[in-house]
Amino acid sequence: MTGSQTYSAAAMPPSADLPNLDIYDTFPKLLRYNAQRHGTRPSMREKSYGIWQSYTWAEVKDEVFRFAAGMKELGVERGDKIAIIGDNRPRMYWTICVAQCLGAIPVPVYQDSVAAEIHYPLEHAEVRFAVVEDQEQVDKLLSIKDRLPKLETIIYDEPRGVRDYPQPFLHHYDVVVARGAELLAQDPSLIDDEVDKGQHDDISIIPYTSGTTGNPKGVSLSFRNVMRAAYNGAIFEGLRSTDESLAYLPIAWIGDHIFSYGQAFICGFCVACPENSETVLTDLRELGPTYFFAPPRIFENILTTVMIRMEDAGTLKRKMFHFFMDHARKVGVKILDGKSVGLVDRLTYGLGELLVFGPLKNVLGLTRVRIGYTAGEAIGPDIFSFYRSIGVNLKQLYGSTEAAVFITIQPNGEIYDDTVGTPAPEVELRIAESGEVMFRSPGVFVEYFKNPEATKSAKTEDGWVHTGDAGFVDDRGHLKIIDRAKDVGKLNNGTLFAPKYIENKLKFFPNIKEVVAFGHERDYCACFINIDLEAVGSWAERNNLSYASYQDLSSRKEVYEIVRAHVEKVNRDLSQEEMVAGSQIKRFLLLPKMLDADDGELTRTSKVRRGFIAEKYQPLIDALYDPNAKTGTIKSEITFEDGRKGMLDATVDIVDVEQFTSAGGGFKAAAE
Amino acid sequence: MNDTASTARDSASTDPGGKPGRIGDVILRVENITMRFGGVKAISDVSFDIRKGEVRSIIGPNGAGKSSMLNVVNGFYQPQEGSIWYNGKTYSPMRPHDAASNGIARTFQNIALFKGMTTLDNIMTGRILKQKASLLEQAFYIGRGRSEELEHREFVEEVIDFLEIQAIRKTPVGRLPYGLQKRVELGRALAAQPTLLLLDEPMAGMNLEEKEDMSRFIIDVNEHFGTTIALIEHDMGVVMDLSDRVVVLDHGSLLADGTPDEVRKNQAVIDAYLGVAHD
Repeated sequence: MTGSQTYSAAAMPPSADLPNLDIYDTFPKLLRYNAQRHGTRPSMREKSYGIWQSYTWAEVKDEVFRFAAGMKELGVERGDKIAIIGDNRPRMYWTICVAQCLGAIPVPVYQDSVAAEIHYPLEHAEVRFAVVEDQEQVDKLLSIKDRLPKLETIIYDEPRGVRDYPQPFLHHYDVVVARGAELLAQDPSLIDDEVDKGQHDDISIIPYTSGTTGNPKGVSLSFRNVMRAAYNGAIFEGLRSTDESLAYLPIAWIGDHIFSYGQAFICGFCVACPENSETVLTDLRELGPTYFFAPPRIFENILTTVMIRMEDAGTLKRKMFHFFMDHARKVGVKILDGKSVGLVDRLTYGLGELLVFGPLKNVLGLTRVRIGYTAGEAIGPDIFSFYRSIGVNLKQLYGSTEAAVFITIQPNGEIYDDTVGTPAPEVELRIAESGEVMFRSPGVFVEYFKNPEATKSAKTEDGWVHTGDAGFVDDRGHLKIIDRAKDVGKLNNGTLFAPKYIENKLKFFPNIKEVVAFGHERDYCACFINIDLEAVGSWAERNNLSYASYQDLSSRKEVYEIVRAHVEKVNRDLSQEEMVAGSQIKRFLLLPKMLDADDGELTRTSKVRRGFIAEKYQPLIDALYDPNAKTGTIKSEITFEDGRKGMLDATVDIVDVEQFTSAGGGFKAAAE
Repeated sequence: MNDTASTARDSASTDPGGKPGRIGDVILRVENITMRFGGVKAISDVSFDIRKGEVRSIIGPNGAGKSSMLNVVNGFYQPQEGSIWYNGKTYSPMRPHDAASNGIARTFQNIALFKGMTTLDNIMTGRILKQKASLLEQAFYIGRGRSEELEHREFVEEVIDFLEIQAIRKTPVGRLPYGLQKRVELGRALAAQPTLLLLDEPMAGMNLEEKEDMSRFIIDVNEHFGTTIALIEHDMGVVMDLSDRVVVLDHGSLLADGTPDEVRKNQAVIDAYLGVAHD
């Protein structure tokens, strides 16, 4: 067992291309520096009336200073909190810097939250000012304003619809900036003086974590946290001022703050904002970013679209695609990792690049991607290696808001689909006795805002932070995340049981939509499986298997056979891993209905609600753990799409699956 | 939806310092129109007016003559009797080119777009009456052809931005779902910068969310561009929220005319259309 061994990565030598953070120790100071250093280079782009418009670093600095002067006159004082609510628009990013110029603290809020969700962070952070994008956000704030006594002033960017609102505390962005320009003309050093007061250890931003349980927590991050973490990430990947990225994930999310703000300021690269949230794929193609981040679901969607369109393509194209993709699967990843590959294979791959991979990457807007990150959820190995095999340098990253993102990154040339990489520069990693991953780094947050108890329970005296994730470091030195620590349990024989780890392995099969694994304080692991209607339905169609409904299809012997093969494959995988080898799946059943948020079985973000499911399907669970039972019967209420209720009454088969002996010496109690 | 729509209306009408005269003088009067198709009387002796800047709804059961009425207003049908007074001139009858060149634009109950053309091109066709360049200038993109194209494209992009249809700018209209096609059609009508916009069931066949969006756009068009709007709609919630005044037709004749509240309380309307209420 790894015990409390510490894994760490040394600081990398500072890059001559990047600014010295001892001198430029806040973002506003860096902005001033960038305005000199990269004055004529683009800082941000946005599409306006169908044409990309660029703003240079010098222009951005002037605009930020003007807006800051206007805000100062409206009464912003050092230490005030300024809420920022809106889509990825340059002005929203500039507002972050405006707040920092004045010594105020930006509090970005998820723009798609409903008014009730916005209320908590605004009240908790004692926000006095809010800078918002448009009427939608203004309306939300007005609806809760009487419950936010501290909120004084709202500034909106897009005047449409808001123009005639009578409230005196509403100001249009343009008006504030114009006023700021006048003030700066009278006193040119007005903002410079404020910027000079900023310190490296001042709080630079308070993002609120979404929080699956309880109220969100405000994570106070200092300039040191954000800038050092962003800097280390930048030198690790060799980011430079010529890179370009597309900012399309929520501003309130720490990842976007690091990738689209922190690293952009440090490296001086250009960040483009999509025209709107629906045009992201088109914009991606037009811009061709070199630095790209997306959660697994986006990569999955892109791949599905490609595959469906290839099925509709002509025979020649389809054959060509499959031939070269098969080849890429064989050698593509090796070529990307710079490993040795035979001449013929290399030439064939080159031809594939010319005919298939190149055009494909071009259509997807991934041609120029040097570094692509994915994080947040586990990504399916097939999806991951698809992108890598066509030459997109996609990597997994493990991070958290409390770390200012970076905890581990997969280094170039050492990419394994089942790990999240090695510690990022200056990050120390430790696996606690309980199996929980802990880290310490310059990015470690200062505190949870106004929540000392939570701070104390998350962060130790000497700066180690609990991630809440269970994981281990493998013999290659790579971190492997198993599950949320609180979900991890034990089988009766003492084996570690990590439900999500098992579920994810199964969910990577296209035929399987959803899985719920049971095993904590049980004799063995068993699971409910939801088949994917689209995938299995299309398989059934091709094999002349007619079916009446989801329930009917789920009960077919043939379908059970397919799923059984998948489960056995997973068991074989599990048997190779010492810690989880004992939690191979012994029995499973196919649920007669899709788990659905309308029935309370999933959260609105499609996460499985274990407790609820266990209660609702208790008879089926009993059957799974009754060795004599070959079937289980369930009666339950279901909700149809149109809101009507109905009763589900079904008997489902239970299937036993083969177990494999573990490679690492039998069923060992790994977590002990 | 009812909430958002009524909030916007309220803020516009109750705002003391805002726009005192969102609703101005009468710009169009329908005077004693009678319209027959053979022996069938579609409209009989109907008169009402439309004021500048208002949202005027025409409601009524199926076959009440609502669409015919709009067709008479924009000159598509020529009535046997009656006249249209519009912006100081009396037309009897109104001809389509009179309507188009005087700033009356409309959308249709059944979408009438060029299915094979992109959203952008469809909306550009709304600008045709404003183009003065010769065929040659346009074909070779020279002289006025070039400058006009740029100017019109800029306006069209404003419309695209306004209606939030950037994502489908280059998509052929035939491939779009119904709700979006309706929005493109509204875009084309807006591109003509109309003074009076006639909307024939802009929300027919839409789901709740699409209706909310469309209501929002209609309010915004009315407030942002100051466009006068005449609206036919079956969804009573929408009509009562959006409209400043409502005309009720039944079997081709005028049943009632007044504010949404007046119409809602009018016994004849309740009996004929909204269902009989018992006090």
